[in-house]
Amino acid sequence: MAKRINPLMLQRIVKAQLWSLTGFTIGILFFIIFFISIKGLPQITLEFLTSNPVDMGRSGGIFSTIVCTLYLIFVSLMIAMPLGVGAAIYLTEYTRESRLTHIIRFGTECLAGIPSIIMGLFGFAFFVMALGLGWSILSGGMTMSIMLLPTIIRTTEESIKAVPYELREVSFSLGVTRWQTVTKVVLPSALPGIVTGIVLGIARCIEETAVIIFTVGSSLRLPESFFDSGRTMAVHFYILAREGISMPNAYGTAAILILSILFINLSAYYLARQFLKKIC
Amino acid sequence: MAAKIVVKDLSFSYNHQRVLSAVNLMVEADSILGIMGPAKSGKTTLLRIFNRLCDLIPHVRIEGEVFLDGENILRPGLNVDRLRKRVGMVFDKPVPLPRSIFENLAYGPRLHGIKDKKRLEELVERSLRLAQLWDEVKDRLNESAMKLSGGQQQRLCIARTLAMEPEVILLDEPTYGLDPISTLKIEQTLQSLKESYTIVLVSNNTWQVARTTDNVAFLLMGELIEYGSTHEIFTVPKDKRTDDYISGRFG
Ligand SMILES: Nc1ncnc2c1ncn2[C@@H]1O[C@H](COP(=O)(O)OP(=O)(O)O)[C@@H](O)[C@H]1O
Ligand SMILES: [Mg+2]
Repeated sequence: MAKRINPLMLQRIVKAQLWSLTGFTIGILFFIIFFISIKGLPQITLEFLTSNPVDMGRSGGIFSTIVCTLYLIFVSLMIAMPLGVGAAIYLTEYTRESRLTHIIRFGTECLAGIPSIIMGLFGFAFFVMALGLGWSILSGGMTMSIMLLPTIIRTTEESIKAVPYELREVSFSLGVTRWQTVTKVVLPSALPGIVTGIVLGIARCIEETAVIIFTVGSSLRLPESFFDSGRTMAVHFYILAREGISMPNAYGTAAILILSILFINLSAYYLARQFLKKIC
Repeated sequence: MAAKIVVKDLSFSYNHQRVLSAVNLMVEADSILGIMGPAKSGKTTLLRIFNRLCDLIPHVRIEGEVFLDGENILRPGLNVDRLRKRVGMVFDKPVPLPRSIFENLAYGPRLHGIKDKKRLEELVERSLRLAQLWDEVKDRLNESAMKLSGGQQQRLCIARTLAMEPEVILLDEPTYGLDPISTLKIEQTLQSLKESYTIVLVSNNTWQVARTTDNVAFLLMGELIEYGSTHEIFTVPKDKRTDDYISGRFG
């Protein structure tokens, strides 16, 4: 007869294993943040943040790339947010499960699976060339918004579905229309989830490179309108590092990238919590 | 007395499962009609036809007619939002909206166009007083409604319905699972309301029906077995099944 392991012992072993796996994951995260910070933080001065790159980025700061990144986020979200949230509302509140909704869902899943380099190529062929928008924040924002749609639709849909059905019944029973019920009861309750989708979208805009190079270009000039080309922080980092232009400036840019993503995630988490506290 | 609601040959099925068969009854204005019967008799279904909440469920089939003040509310093209404003509903499980006590009550009236703060405040106070909740919450109207006890939440739901100033109030086992004090307060509230509202009360509690209603409909497996004044039904029921049910000899 095989010797049985004492269940209490087994429990301890499994627990220790799970702990070390979790610890390992978090360890990697901290190592990356630590590594980038050590190399990058010394570069960050007010001057670095507020002056434009000089000599291809060998010296100077990253101001124009920050502006370009913010513009890109703005355009992408202005397109993806209403479309994505609207589609999710339609799918959850205005239709019953049918062949059509299955096709729409399948389509968005497929969209989510397209590699970003392909999306970049599409954006280049369609927005930059065919529509004649050229390398511009507008072309990039439209391409990015297509990429953000699946995430925004899915997170919004999930959080709308998590709103108890009874709340809708109560609202309807008070003679409130479906649309008012959606805007006054369903969306406020679903907001934390929607914000999550949008935050993921912002992070995606910040970190994306392939799509941006194809659609926004890599001009270092300060973009003056959405029709201008530009270079986001991530692309700037990529070019600085790959072409060995300036490793210190590359790390400086990377540190800003990581810090801003950290900041966005934390503030979104905080906002969602505050909001939940307020309504419950 | 005038008939507020008249139900004619009403049948209802979910997915081909027949739940109500040819029900005929009448709800008198300014009175309480009790609907009693064992679980799954179709009581909730009947109630949800009166405010067309049954529309939300796919694959249902309704036949027959329901008249509210002489107007057939089952006719296609009826404005259900307006109907539901006239026919309020209280559910068996209290469901406060995730807002403050005040905002729960102001929700409906505000969306129906009452913007004046003073008027809303009056409406909220009056409704909470009618539902016998005012004294318990008057100092914390801005606190979350989720913090109230179950009995208080149910009275809040009644007050929320009253704040709509409906003509008819439907209550689906409103005291189910509540403490005796809340139950008593709700029954008292219903008594005081029937002077100016038409009330339909679904209840599993035979004693509650005997105590609070003026007329009774006894439903069994989707069939209306007996309908008449509460006094009659509880003293000289015509049908043996009614007798069995009210004397508790029922499976
Ligand atoms: N949404 C629904 N879909 C399908 N069947 C339902 C639904 N709601 C109720 N039923 C069925 O209808 C019958 C009557 O239910 P209901 O009206 O809730 O009775 P009661 O309120 O008297 O307990 C039950 O057999 C129940 O299973
Ligand atoms: Mg029921």
